[in-house]
Amino acid sequence: MSAQALDLAGITPGFPDAVAGAQSVFRRLMDAMARPGSVHDLSFAPPPPTGLRRAAAAVALTLFDFETPVWLDPAIRGSAVADWLRFHCACPLTEAPEEAAFAVVTDPAAAPPLSAFNPGDAKYPDRSTTLILQVEGLVGGPSVTLEGPGVKGARAFAPVGLPPGFWAQVQANHGRFQFGVDFILAADDLVAALPRTTRVTFEGN
Amino acid sequence: MNAGSNAPERYYNYAYLDEQTKRMIRRAILKALAIPGYQVPFGSREMPVPYGWGTGGIQLTAALIGPDDVYKCIDQGADDTTNAVSIRRFFAQVADVAVTEDTGEATIIQTRHRIPEKPLKAGQVLVFQVPQPEPLRGLEPRETETRAMHAYEEYGLQYVSLYESVATYGRIASTVGYPTMIDERYLMNPSPIPKFDNPKLDDNDAILLFGAGREKRIYAVPPNTRVRSLDFEDHPFETQTWDDACALCGAGDSYLDEVVLDDAGQRMFVCSDSHYCAERRAAGHAGPMAGHQLATPETEPAQ
Repeated sequence: MSAQALDLAGITPGFPDAVAGAQSVFRRLMDAMARPGSVHDLSFAPPPPTGLRRAAAAVALTLFDFETPVWLDPAIRGSAVADWLRFHCACPLTEAPEEAAFAVVTDPAAAPPLSAFNPGDAKYPDRSTTLILQVEGLVGGPSVTLEGPGVKGARAFAPVGLPPGFWAQVQANHGRFQFGVDFILAADDLVAALPRTTRVTFEGN
Repeated sequence: MNAGSNAPERYYNYAYLDEQTKRMIRRAILKALAIPGYQVPFGSREMPVPYGWGTGGIQLTAALIGPDDVYKCIDQGADDTTNAVSIRRFFAQVADVAVTEDTGEATIIQTRHRIPEKPLKAGQVLVFQVPQPEPLRGLEPRETETRAMHAYEEYGLQYVSLYESVATYGRIASTVGYPTMIDERYLMNPSPIPKFDNPKLDDNDAILLFGAGREKRIYAVPPNTRVRSLDFEDHPFETQTWDDACALCGAGDSYLDEVVLDDAGQRMFVCSDSHYCAERRAAGHAGPMAGHQLATPETEPAQ
């Protein structure tokens, strides 16, 4: 891939204080991953580039770097988002979902099936892809029930804007544990997570 | 402590580690939480203390900590031992963080080989220092083989080892680092905590993170996760019990350390959790040797 000079004028700033910003985002993200379906506020994060929302951009600033190949969905591939990520995170971009450490999905309806991403290795299941799904909202949508590690009893989770068939794919993803991808769901200022251990049940299931 | 008070004297990044290292550790923590009990390899760094002195726990704490945290560090339950005091001062200096001995008010508790007696709550993170993360290492020295055993959930060898213990001693003799099964999938070494603490791992409200610096592994147990101590139907899991209560605070429900008092064989049993014991004494509880000089609180000298 040939190096291309970035148009720096079009790139919006990252965290005003990179150390404190990343720490604050990570603590909420850790809590989100430890308690699947719990919703956390990232409204303190800086404004995102065009094409991403605030929470998804904050997660990218916190976790991406030169060690993490990132897959962008076609809607943002080659866009301002790609330039912004190259500038702030210096992350390699890949077009092969199975190579991605992180995948940024801004249009879940058009995303490839979950099985296209890296499910990890039997001995190293941590090498699987983490999907960052940008959704319309994390509350008020059709409700599903979550159970598993990190959930006391059961927790209701109601994100908005997930395509039909998504939850069946999540169930299949859970079914092949220890393999599987993990999800970070981001909507405007809010973030939640869904690790592969979570059992999902929904109406009509 | 004032936020930023140490900043002018600091010639390194906030919380000591550079940002790329923190990101690498943070990614490992997220995967560890997503696969409970599975050991995630990470690029453990050189720290200003030798491997074996808690570098895994220190690196985890450094990746987590922020100026709003309240930090507690214990060594075998005690806040006032050399290792705990050194690590607590380290983070007070490099991370401008408030420190405490109070289990209830701490947001991050770093521990060497104990879980505090007071139940932990949501919002707290317990960071374990782990010397040997691999529960099967004593049975199989090759990492390639233990990786495969975890991959295929092949834990027969562990049960054989427990059975041999029953055959030899009539009971499961292991008392520290007692093997646990996390969410009925991964076998996990809970670090050398006494088996007395194993039941506290199950359905805990706090996030439990384990860091092994020399062995370069991070693993985790999310809150409210099933943690089962291995046993047999006819030899169920049991914790240690004592005939004595704590000599200073009279507690009958805590883990007790034996302290030899003189050459004539005098001894006392005291709570291993120093804050738990002090809090009980402050509330008016007294054991048979209350008022002994060991009960006099030593305050940390001002820095």
